[in-house]
Amino acid sequence: MGKYVIKRIIGIIPLLVVVSFIVFLFIHLIPGDPARLIAGKEATVKEIQAIRHELHLDEPIFQQYLIYMDGLLHGDFGESIKSHIPVMHLIGERMLPSIELSLLSMGWALVFGILIGVLSAVFKNRWPDYGGMVTAVSGISLPNFWLGLVMIQLFSVQLGWLPTGGADSWKGYIMPSIALGAGIMAMIARFTRSSLVQTLKEDFIRTGRSRGLSSMTIVFGHALKSSLIPVVTVAGLQFGFLLGGSVVVETVFSFPGMGRLLIDSIQLRDYPVVQAELLLFSFEFILVNLVVDLLYGFLNPKISYET
Amino acid sequence: MYDLLNVKGLKTAFKNNNQRVSVVNGVDFGINKGEIVGIVGESGCGKSVTSLSIMRLLHDTTGDIQDGKVTFKGENLLDLSERSMRKIRGKEIAMIFQEPMTSLNPVMKIGKQLMQGIILHLKYSKEKAKKHAIDTLKSVGIPRAEDIMNEYPHQLSGGMRQRVMIAIAMSCEPELLIADEPTTALDVTIQAQILELMKRLQSDRGTAILMITHDLGVVAEVCDRVIVMYAGRVVEEASVDELFESPRHPYTKDLIESVPKIGERKSRLYSIPGHVPNPNQMPNGCKFAPRCQHAMEICFNKEPELTSEEKRKHRCWLYQQNNVGREQNLGSK
Amino acid sequence: MAEIVTKTDYMPKSRGKLRSFCAAFIHKKTAVASFFFFCLLIILALIGPSIVPYNPQTPDYNHVLQGPSWLHLAGTDEYGRDVFSRLIVGTRLSLGVGISSVLLGAVAGTILGLISGYFGKWVDKTIMRICDVFFAFPDILLAIGIIAILGPGLQNVVIAVAIFNIPSFARVVRGKTLEVKEMLFIEATRSIGATKSRIIFKHVFPETFSTIIVYLTMNLGTAILAAASLSFLGLGASPSSSDWGAMLSMSRDYMGTAFHLVFFPGLIIFLTVLSLNIMGDGLRDVLDPKSKD
Repeated sequence: MGKYVIKRIIGIIPLLVVVSFIVFLFIHLIPGDPARLIAGKEATVKEIQAIRHELHLDEPIFQQYLIYMDGLLHGDFGESIKSHIPVMHLIGERMLPSIELSLLSMGWALVFGILIGVLSAVFKNRWPDYGGMVTAVSGISLPNFWLGLVMIQLFSVQLGWLPTGGADSWKGYIMPSIALGAGIMAMIARFTRSSLVQTLKEDFIRTGRSRGLSSMTIVFGHALKSSLIPVVTVAGLQFGFLLGGSVVVETVFSFPGMGRLLIDSIQLRDYPVVQAELLLFSFEFILVNLVVDLLYGFLNPKISYET
Repeated sequence: MYDLLNVKGLKTAFKNNNQRVSVVNGVDFGINKGEIVGIVGESGCGKSVTSLSIMRLLHDTTGDIQDGKVTFKGENLLDLSERSMRKIRGKEIAMIFQEPMTSLNPVMKIGKQLMQGIILHLKYSKEKAKKHAIDTLKSVGIPRAEDIMNEYPHQLSGGMRQRVMIAIAMSCEPELLIADEPTTALDVTIQAQILELMKRLQSDRGTAILMITHDLGVVAEVCDRVIVMYAGRVVEEASVDELFESPRHPYTKDLIESVPKIGERKSRLYSIPGHVPNPNQMPNGCKFAPRCQHAMEICFNKEPELTSEEKRKHRCWLYQQNNVGREQNLGSK
Repeated sequence: MAEIVTKTDYMPKSRGKLRSFCAAFIHKKTAVASFFFFCLLIILALIGPSIVPYNPQTPDYNHVLQGPSWLHLAGTDEYGRDVFSRLIVGTRLSLGVGISSVLLGAVAGTILGLISGYFGKWVDKTIMRICDVFFAFPDILLAIGIIAILGPGLQNVVIAVAIFNIPSFARVVRGKTLEVKEMLFIEATRSIGATKSRIIFKHVFPETFSTIIVYLTMNLGTAILAAASLSFLGLGASPSSSDWGAMLSMSRDYMGTAFHLVFFPGLIIFLTVLSLNIMGDGLRDVLDPKSKD
């Protein structure tokens, strides 16, 4: 198994390199000269030249990439054009709240998604199923920013129970994580349902019943594990949705996370920050998918690690 | 009356587009303790549904039992609550299925699947259950039983899996084992081994077996008594020797005829003409009449009763109204 | 001669297919209702501007930020403009962005998928590797990145959303193409020497069509949501336009005082996407029954 894990990790390295190169190229695709942008409107040609040299913009593009990657490996993402704070520092203080928020959203989306999915599958074509699936299709269709705004109106403006934004206390995490997790919960509920319905038709379920096992034992002890294998994959894919959603939701709740930093930086045209953010987001996504792949193998004994 | 299981007037229907279609229609039979009884018939004759009805395992598909009695050791199983029924399943009556490939949970270790039933029904401690599980695996002829406990079903061969299924079924020492086509999915040499094993278990432990199969070869090898089913009805019942020696019902005759025999050279295998009737378009009268070579006018109009003749039973107009002449006619065919 | 044989014997008859599809679809009541709702939206998008009760651009400073009433069904905004009228007029913009981006993505993705699936070998490998790279970016982030390059604006939103739709269509169509390729009638057509492009567009493409339709419906919902999100973030439609996402973005400043400004644009986005998702589910059940639970 250890061998398989190492093999998979080595396998994603080319993808990481290609993705990082694309993100790197991105700054060069932006119309206009970054050096001029950094120097400001009143800068002289000489000043611009100096900045260009400092940022290695006068070197061949491949050279620049290597310099950038070298810095990256040493934890150096360059400097913000606007505030001149190291990008690493800017992102560093935003990272933890963002990760906490994603994990919280994913956590409750998984718990409630699986719960709704199981109820719907067990009571297939009866009212818990209809209720569950109406909730799920609504959850997928809800614009998360609107859900966030409606919650703010209800729980902050009207009732005054929760803060409208920020991450100062655990209360600040409640509404953002709900807005972020709703769509994923709905997806997970739908997949759990269809996967479990499929599993409950299997022969081994009938075997279980023929042995006198109770429905609870059959659903939770036998069917759920094999049903959850595809759900894991879906949850992994949804992680991308979560990263994208965090950009929007963090903006709605003025949440001090990486998503809002990205939007702020785009509006300020602070490209080194945008570049670093896009790179981190896609690396995170690739890594999560790797973990999901490995988890899939772990849950499914039929996959042998020798190959 | 039989002293273990009595099925009387069992009627099971499937719901199909808001229409109830009877799949099993008034089936009567019984099993004595320690006896091996076979139910034979083509696929779709209702033999599997009969066994699932006895176990009351139909409610998740769209089938339901509409009428009849299934008396097991003096108790009507159809009157029991689901809870009490669960105590019968696996403990008093166990079941093995056709597909050993899919009948075991693919993501659970063999040991756990085995022990689950033992702990549930025999209330053993985990330690004791494990020991009992290993003993049971050994008793069904599984080598390196300790290792197999920690393996997943896909790591075993088909024959081994069916042995595991039998081990699971026998682990709580049931009085009746229902085997639904237990050897159909296996190759011939393994088939013989599994049948041998089942016969041995029956003689060692005195477990009665209800063997459901379409294969008369299996019946000839292991059964004491045979029930022939056609279109949801019992059409003939006899001891194995009587049935093969002098089959009564034309359907039974055709079934026996269609088994290829060693040492007999035929230009082509015999097969029964026509099809099993569709359950929602049942012919009037005898359900076999349209395919029967001896059908008379009455056969198309009125269904015959299941009639006893000494120790055997049959459902055919040819043997009713003391129609002896015709019987001899047929016998000399 | 052989051409005739392939057509009549192996090609599914398209008219019978359409009829049986309609017969099956009519039983999905919620899907049919969603279909009519979506048709209504299309009609509003086409004739909306000529039937609205108020001019959506004319300010009325005497009636600023009024709540819903019989005069103004969805209230008025900070300039006293009728929100209901603005929503109706905005249908054209919001649906237009969604439809055009998904269609663009679907056409490009379908062509790539057909080529990839039909030719196989290195062509397939190259296209699929490129798709993998695109899949490495979470979709909205990809769009945000593209907009960061191209600059904000509706046109760029269309391009960005179209681009993240390409790989998913390519992958689905490729899978279906591989399946169809093995089917008998393609084999038969190839044996009589039809050209490759003819086989792909005359024979393979029609077989993948139902899959594409299901995907198109499902992705349209996602695209409308994505476009609304981008406009909400200020990366899409100009804040003064009557695009639903832009209206929501503007209304945030009036959260406490005029909640109807937030509520109605979001509601109409929700209902539109909901109807598309329900329709997509219904279509999938009918056209692709294998994938039904």
